Amino acid sequence: MLRDITFGQYYDCDSVVHRTDPRAKIVLLILIIVFIFLAKNIFALLFCTACVFAIIFVSRVPIKLYIKNLKAILPILIFTAVINMFYGDGGTVLVQLWRLSITTAGIYKAFYMALRIILLIFVSSALTYTTTPNDLTDAIERLLSPLKFIGLKNAVHTLAMMMTIALRFIPTLVEETEKIMNAQKARGADLENGNLKQRVKALVPILIPLLISSIRRAYELAEAMECRCYCGGEGRQRMKQLKLRPADYAVCGVTVCCCAAVILLNIFL
Amino acid sequence: MIMDNIIEVKNVTYEYSEDNISYAALKDFSLNIERGSFTVILGHNGSGKSTLAKLLNGLYKPTSGDVLVDGINTKDEKTELEIKRKVGMVFQNPDNQLVASIVEEDVAFGPENLGLEPAEIRKRVDDALKSVDMYEYRESTPHHLSGGQKQRIAIAGIIAMQPECIVLDEPTAMLDPKGRAEIISTVRRLNIEKGITVVLITHYMEEAENADRVLVMNDGGIIADSTPKEVFSNVERLKNVGLDVPQTTELLYRLKSAGLPVNTHVISIKEAADEIERALHSEDN
Repeated sequence: MLRDITFGQYYDCDSVVHRTDPRAKIVLLILIIVFIFLAKNIFALLFCTACVFAIIFVSRVPIKLYIKNLKAILPILIFTAVINMFYGDGGTVLVQLWRLSITTAGIYKAFYMALRIILLIFVSSALTYTTTPNDLTDAIERLLSPLKFIGLKNAVHTLAMMMTIALRFIPTLVEETEKIMNAQKARGADLENGNLKQRVKALVPILIPLLISSIRRAYELAEAMECRCYCGGEGRQRMKQLKLRPADYAVCGVTVCCCAAVILLNIFL
Repeated sequence: MIMDNIIEVKNVTYEYSEDNISYAALKDFSLNIERGSFTVILGHNGSGKSTLAKLLNGLYKPTSGDVLVDGINTKDEKTELEIKRKVGMVFQNPDNQLVASIVEEDVAFGPENLGLEPAEIRKRVDDALKSVDMYEYRESTPHHLSGGQKQRIAIAGIIAMQPECIVLDEPTAMLDPKGRAEIISTVRRLNIEKGITVVLITHYMEEAENADRVLVMNDGGIIADSTPKEVFSNVERLKNVGLDVPQTTELLYRLKSAGLPVNTHVISIKEAADEIERALHSEDN
């Protein structure tokens, strides 16, 4: 049951989006998100929608997977839409509930907000579906590396190392949790029945051994790392060097043009 | 001829202290490891063998006495990295030694720490993976591999630093028989082909069969130090310190006790069979 948990949601296939440099993808994601929020009128937003769907199409990841991600935030989506419905200024009043009213402008605003959130989810999913967690970690480390000039050199490296180790140990710890659960079940622990309080209590005999063994693992890993000459980020070199290829510049160029188009649509329509 | 020792342990005492009670894991211990040799250290739990392993690459510093690696004292803080690079260490649990979630990136971890050029790291990683027969798995995730395969990757991670000596601290304790055989043959091959000095610490005696030298430790000291045949022929002494002798030796020992004139100096199954046959024939005559 626990084995189904996959960390990250990388979808393995080959596409332009997959091949793009992970650093470029992260920066472009931020740029696109900013421009989705900058889109002031419906035309600009519809243009953003078209762009996001273009990315989805090019990524060759099944659209079903994107919609699956949307389901997870459905309550938030509905909540935002409903709240926004009451905040429309002007327009004809459709429904009057005590002092709250739903107007056409409200409906328009609700639709507008919901579309924005959907686009955000889609475009960020496009990043996680096409980039392995390792590449993401690597890219984050390299993107944050300018921070070393303000005395945060080790902080950046440490953060990246923590992420690498976390990614490495998630499957190991999941396996271990399963083992402990089975061991406790064999001793008569009841994990599936009872009310919420009882079930939370039943987790204690699983969490404590897991915690203790994790600390032991951490200690052993530290010794093993020390034996492999690890002494922090100082003087460390990487085997895999990320290099921007012409294709990456092209992807960046196209994205920047689309962003410029959003600004033009904002001004002229 | 002058003996060329990669590691010299000189009168080392190592004490653990907890709540003001100190306990000596090693007492006035001396040992030389010859360059290029294959040494197996046997001992049951608590005999001090793991402590010895950690002293060999400076992970632990002796309470008194000195450990010299290639003539450099492990007590010197400045040469700590150099010693760790010269003497690589492989531990018991392969899961707790791997750092990255991709095989080749994990193997690259050591060379990356040494600050080598990317192309040089790439070359070393490929060579190391080939030398442990795991090259085709370079892009897999360690947790999809078997224990023996993971342990071979841990060994590759050490080989990639191009050490002169590898210390393996019970590398087979958590593996199944197949994984154990894989590790022992890999280590043996590295010793012969690359000339890397190997110190293998274990409590499985079969693993000592092909060693150049076997040391038996008990209670923080050495009780036997010789060739495998020599050590295993003294079955009584090994049993007294709670170690099991290889099955062939055990069989020959029992046959001898039962009155058959066999020689207990042999270890391999083939030799044992020949020895029994010889003894039976001599009985007939």
